[in-house]
Amino acid sequence: MKLKGWKDLPPGAVVTEAGSAAEFKTGSWRSFRPVWLAENCIQCLFCWMYCPDMSIKVKDGKRGEYDYDYCKGCGICALECPGKKGKKAIVMEEEGK
Amino acid sequence: MATTLTLKELSKKEDLLTHGHRMCSGCGAPIVVKQLLLASDYPIVAANATGCLEVSTCISQYTAWKIPWIHNAFENAAATLSGVETMYRALKKQGKLDKEIKFVAFGGDGGTYDIGFQSLSGAAERGHDMLYVCYDNGAYMNTGIQRSSATPIGADTTTCPAGSVIKGKTQPRKNLTRIMAAHGIPYVAQASPSHWKDAITKFKKALDIKGPKFIDVISPCNRGWRSRTDDAILLSRLAVETCYWPLYEVEQGFTKITVVPKEKKPIEEFLKPQGRFKHMFAPGNEWLLKLAQEEVDREWERLRKEAGSE
Repeated sequence: MKLKGWKDLPPGAVVTEAGSAAEFKTGSWRSFRPVWLAENCIQCLFCWMYCPDMSIKVKDGKRGEYDYDYCKGCGICALECPGKKGKKAIVMEEEGK
Repeated sequence: MATTLTLKELSKKEDLLTHGHRMCSGCGAPIVVKQLLLASDYPIVAANATGCLEVSTCISQYTAWKIPWIHNAFENAAATLSGVETMYRALKKQGKLDKEIKFVAFGGDGGTYDIGFQSLSGAAERGHDMLYVCYDNGAYMNTGIQRSSATPIGADTTTCPAGSVIKGKTQPRKNLTRIMAAHGIPYVAQASPSHWKDAITKFKKALDIKGPKFIDVISPCNRGWRSRTDDAILLSRLAVETCYWPLYEVEQGFTKITVVPKEKKPIEEFLKPQGRFKHMFAPGNEWLLKLAQEEVDREWERLRKEAGSE
């Protein structure tokens, strides 16, 4: 987003574009990366519900890959993942390794 | 609204709070907002009290909201929204608007329990058709963890630091849910993001009721609670299971406990993972744990009596 000068800004500090925060990528905050193992996934969608950063792509009620552009790597999804037969479908891996 | 509440169905709805907001990693507040926005079948207009949620979702030209949203000041989210709601009623009366719109105010515990309390109380008394949602993280986290009247007893904050003279906050927390229930408004409830079904059911119910409504939602803050970034849901679940944060609703003055924990866990299980209570586990400070447990027990017993489940 190009920064605007004071003459271009709308009066009253109104933001006219809804959801423009999506232009700001928060993925670089991450130090741990969640990795989704589809074979252990039971599609419970708890990860989707508990994700504070709306970073789990869901289509037609099925979860897909992470949106690493925005995931801050908090790890809530991995902790809450029930997995299948004791095997987690989400594991956290350190970034840059 | 005959649709059953499943995550599969809910996930087909659009996220009205987008990614790219700048709340801390692992914050509980966006989860609370997400659940509320998912619960609504109506268009929502929101107001926000100053706080983490407000500053981090609307920075400069960026907004994470896809709904009309207004921030005014710290103390007047409820007053601002009651004005918006009144204007809506006026436009409706003049025939300039016919849409069914719901009004929701968000505030943290600082903007709700303390600074915004008089405007909230006023809006409730005037009977505006709006829902106030407080995400309670138990201190002024945005400005650097200062105590609020929602901070639990014994918690270490920067304005009541645990040391040799005082052991964290010396006063118990204020029970705002009860205070709001005492306003005699149609619906007051307490919810937790960990129990999403219970929370969404309460949000739905509240939005369908006419008049002022208040819902207090626990919202873990890993920075202020000195816990891990991944345990927001775990801690809010423990808060419910230890009865620190009982899930109940007061509808037209009648109290109902909506989630009764299978076994009431000792309060230590909720306190232990949080660094702000670390000093309570030091030798010689056992009395603090006992005090915290007594506080929870007393409140839980009172609530059970009120709900007639004893």
